[in-house]
Amino acid sequence: MAQLAKPLFPAGRYPLIVVGSGPGALQLTYSLTRLGIEHAVLSEDPAPGGMFRRWPVFQRMLSWTKPFTGLDRESRAYERYDWNSLLADEAAGRAVMARVMDGTSYFPSRPEMERGLVEFAEASSLRIRFGCRWESTSREGEDFVLRTSDGDYRSPLVVFAVGVAEPWRPAGLEGVPHYGELRPAATYADRRVFIIGKQNSGFEIATGLLPLARQIVLASPSATKLSVNTHSLVGVRARYVQPYEDSVLAGGVLVLDTSIDEVKRTQNGYQVRTRSAKDDSVLTFEVDDVIAATGFASPLRDLPQLGVATFGQSRLPAQTPFWESATVPGIYFAGTINQGAQGMKKHGIPSNSGAVQGYRYNARVLAAHLAERRFGMRLPRRQLDAKEVIPRLLAEASHGPELWHQRSYLARVLLVDPDHGIVDEGIVPLAHFVDSAGPDGVAVALESNGRDDPYPAVYIRRGGSVTEHLLESSPLLDFEGEDHRKALVSALDRLMSPSISQPQP
Amino acid sequence: MAVQDDIADRIAGFALFADLSGPEREQVVHIFEEAWFSEGERILRQGFTGSGLYIILDGTAAIRIDGVDRSLLKAGDYFGEISCLLGEPPVADIVAVQPLHCLVLPSSEVESFLKAHPLVMFRLLQGEARKVRTTTKWLS
Repeated sequence: MAQLAKPLFPAGRYPLIVVGSGPGALQLTYSLTRLGIEHAVLSEDPAPGGMFRRWPVFQRMLSWTKPFTGLDRESRAYERYDWNSLLADEAAGRAVMARVMDGTSYFPSRPEMERGLVEFAEASSLRIRFGCRWESTSREGEDFVLRTSDGDYRSPLVVFAVGVAEPWRPAGLEGVPHYGELRPAATYADRRVFIIGKQNSGFEIATGLLPLARQIVLASPSATKLSVNTHSLVGVRARYVQPYEDSVLAGGVLVLDTSIDEVKRTQNGYQVRTRSAKDDSVLTFEVDDVIAATGFASPLRDLPQLGVATFGQSRLPAQTPFWESATVPGIYFAGTINQGAQGMKKHGIPSNSGAVQGYRYNARVLAAHLAERRFGMRLPRRQLDAKEVIPRLLAEASHGPELWHQRSYLARVLLVDPDHGIVDEGIVPLAHFVDSAGPDGVAVALESNGRDDPYPAVYIRRGGSVTEHLLESSPLLDFEGEDHRKALVSALDRLMSPSISQPQP
Repeated sequence: MAVQDDIADRIAGFALFADLSGPEREQVVHIFEEAWFSEGERILRQGFTGSGLYIILDGTAAIRIDGVDRSLLKAGDYFGEISCLLGEPPVADIVAVQPLHCLVLPSSEVESFLKAHPLVMFRLLQGEARKVRTTTKWLS
């Protein structure tokens, strides 16, 4: 860590500033550095890791890294099975998590996750000024001025990768301990615990307290969703379903669909009054502990006063498809805060931008976007022969990790360039492709509808108009067979040059 | 010290939710999700699958068919219901003409939501009846 601890980036003006040192910031600075873009990275933390230096509270991740897949761990295809490692070009920085995990679980422990991020930063020689706290923000001409504990930093471009980890409570719960203030689990032994909130954080606490608490009540207004039912990250993940099973099989845990009327301190604990939306009935609970698992907000400090629009209880900044503030050009976001760029959200299914496996790709796309739009670079693109188009699109739908982890959000785009023929434009936000003018082209994404197996979705732009073409799913999730080839040829035949869809010799 | 939700209070003034109790409105806010769209952004896309039911909290949106704006929607209005009810892609684009703050419910959840909230279903039917009446007058 000697290199990482060395003070870097003194106060001053930089072409670009990144704030943060969690996985989103690490991935972004890695990708910017490889593109040769000069930038400073500032973090108030003493070391890499962001929220994973503390959380999850029960010290095990929700996202997996599958060690044995039959694939080379350094291959791009392996990323589909490794939700936790950041992305690197060099072997030393690839699939780091598979190396640091001890093999007892395919969910890394929190310390393993933290260690993996530190190893990535070290293997990639990332340069970060630690212990530098961003305190406030202002404008001076075209520059943003970040006032920090180490002086003023100026830049026309700032990327905030500051996470969504500020405890949030609705009005009326101000005095109630939050998820992040959980005491050591053993102190809940033989106690009655009321958890407000039925998302993953609430169920994580309930799962951890199952062997300890005398009674657990989980309550929030709407019914619990389970990820295995929604076919997405929406809902409680399988690892935390045990309290739900206890509720339906044995009644040892109460899972209630009620609003919280009042939480009142009593001499020995709390009194919680709930009200049912169904029949307006009131229940009163005398409990020893109440925990607000009510979510988290973005720590944006004074950015809203600067004009950054936010929405939702997490106060997520509203973002363009390339993660720029929708209201303040020049301010960008990376990491889990990318949830504010909702994309097409087809069938109501959000992107995975809230999780490492999703936002690591956003950061790489953002770096390339900044390079071209803000630094005047033109990154190389590969030209394709017409006969390569169909196999390329179907292979991406079958194996492309960006498409698998960011469904209906990131797409592989091929453009028809009048001068250069068919060009692989790379991975692009799907909403940008379908909603912006541009040359004729095709985008392939993987799509889920919340009910069936995923299927390839193809978007064809011709003459400025975009049409949608959905292909069938496949029980083996292999879209490279003859049926899919024919379906894609048919879609492209009607809308693009016939030469593109000629079968392979 | 009642636990409060600003949006639950705001939708109390919308015709669609006018018959709901406080806890019911709070439940609605938990079932729906919030979304924000910048000026010029498309919310529904003509001919694309996977839409939802949107309730406008703030801002203005245009109903755009084949590139031509036909009507404006404002706070308290909703859109996407026809696509959800018929299980078909929208026949119009919906485009934010000002920053737009919405509540949204995926198409797959609309049927169960309306069955569980018949008073909302009745209000929605009234809204659809008004649209049919307007169209009929326009055609006659």
